[in-house]
Amino acid sequence: MMIFDELINIQVKEMAPSGIRKFFDIASSKKGVISLGVGEPDFITPYHIREAAMHAINTGKTFYTANKGLLELRQEICNYYLRRFNLSYNPNNECMITVGGSEAIDIVLRAILNEGDEVILPTPSYVAYAPIIQLSKGKVVEVTMTEENGFKLKKDQLKKAISDKTKAIVINFPSNPTGGIMEYDDYLEIADLIKENNILVISDEIYAELTYDKKHVSIANIEQLKENTIIINGFSKAYSMTGYRVGYILAEKPLIEMFNKIHQYTIMCASTPSQFAAIEAAKNGDKDIEEMYLSFKQRRNYIVKELNRIGLRTHLPEGAFYVFPSIKSTNMTSNEFCETLLDKENLALVPGSAFGADGEGYVRISYAYSLEEIKQAIERLERFLKSL
Amino acid sequence: MLKEMLSLLEKNARIEVTDLAALLNTDEKTINDQIKECEEKNIIAGYHTIVNWENANTEIVKAMIAVSSTPERDKGYDHIAEIIANYPEVNSLYLVSGRTEFILIINGSTMREIADFVAHRLAPIEGINTTETMFILKEYKIMGEIMDKENGKPERLLMTL
Repeated sequence: MMIFDELINIQVKEMAPSGIRKFFDIASSKKGVISLGVGEPDFITPYHIREAAMHAINTGKTFYTANKGLLELRQEICNYYLRRFNLSYNPNNECMITVGGSEAIDIVLRAILNEGDEVILPTPSYVAYAPIIQLSKGKVVEVTMTEENGFKLKKDQLKKAISDKTKAIVINFPSNPTGGIMEYDDYLEIADLIKENNILVISDEIYAELTYDKKHVSIANIEQLKENTIIINGFSKAYSMTGYRVGYILAEKPLIEMFNKIHQYTIMCASTPSQFAAIEAAKNGDKDIEEMYLSFKQRRNYIVKELNRIGLRTHLPEGAFYVFPSIKSTNMTSNEFCETLLDKENLALVPGSAFGADGEGYVRISYAYSLEEIKQAIERLERFLKSL
Repeated sequence: MLKEMLSLLEKNARIEVTDLAALLNTDEKTINDQIKECEEKNIIAGYHTIVNWENANTEIVKAMIAVSSTPERDKGYDHIAEIIANYPEVNSLYLVSGRTEFILIINGSTMREIADFVAHRLAPIEGINTTETMFILKEYKIMGEIMDKENGKPERLLMTL
């Protein structure tokens, strides 16, 4: 019998499985579980977008596309970024289509990192960045974003994390899991530091359209930082198209060329019918965005009010569809809290520690659920908190 | 906020005031006052339930009737519309552009009842020239609701990153 352990790459062997995997397995094996643990919108993809995918299939538009994706889609994405975020990119050479934002994270990090390069990662953060940095033989340097600072990235902390090995920083605002955002002035504060140290900024803006009562600002909106910035975005969250797997990268031409080298050999191109659906979304989907935005905003108001009522102190997050309340008052670790909650009340939340050590003491609650589901979950959570 | 509140009520007339207040980040009194004001000003014109009668094993007959008519001096179509709208059998009434002037939707318990209504009530109204009755054979979607819903929503995973 083969000993597979010896045959596996060391980075992969050391890669920790995602912190939610265990909960997923327990939750899936139980009956009557309510989950507020999902990281995707609850809307069915708007019909005109689904129809565009079906039309592509019906008319046989199912061949490979250009590696960088359909030019029409790249054009529509560049129009969209200019229209909504006032940023201009050239569809011919500063934009490429990926298989979701996930592939973009992978190829960007692989394309830039050499062994030992340091990547600054403000945490709590989305779970994929650290493992991919390590897989690319980079070194993760965590920077804590605190609740007191609204889970924003602050200059003094960033400064301490920078060394002569710093290659890049990965930011994700609005943030999964905290719902925190960065505004123009917040970026301005750290701009010189990034410029002076010649750092690449990987800006994952997948939740951009879910910025409440304010306009989303990209770090690339700081003029001097536009060339430093690699924007990652996609169609999953803004148009509820998670299963289509369409993402994209916006960056300077020499960078896109390098990313595309990996992409052409590993992926070829993103799914063709999905790309046609994405054209329809980028072109005619602004109204869908507005509707979903409004619905998420209302549910955010609702859940924050209810969480505070039942005694979980929660700030009103300004983005994404998560709240990240502190559970420190229960004197439990976030893992214990979530395990006991699932065991006693059949309610699944994601422990904050899944998003890095800095997430300890918090839980991630997604409100991408119907009002009825949220109500039932709150009822269970209230009963649980009272029983402690 | 008024528009948001009205949209929520339009989607679900049974939504509770406490929920509306929480969703719109305000208090119940504000919501109650606004609803009352909207009712008084006829901004909220009514609360109805969309009933899929077929699933209730109750037969009802609906028809859409296109009516052409001649406008009256000074009053245009308003007077004739008022007469038609006053009949309780008339569920909805619209003045439309196109080949005819009015489209109305009428409910009855049998085809006979509807035929009688057209022959004895509607057609004789002064100013009405022709009527064209289209019996509704099947209802697919009413007020944004699909009648023949497939069971349940597509499933999402229990937990994702």
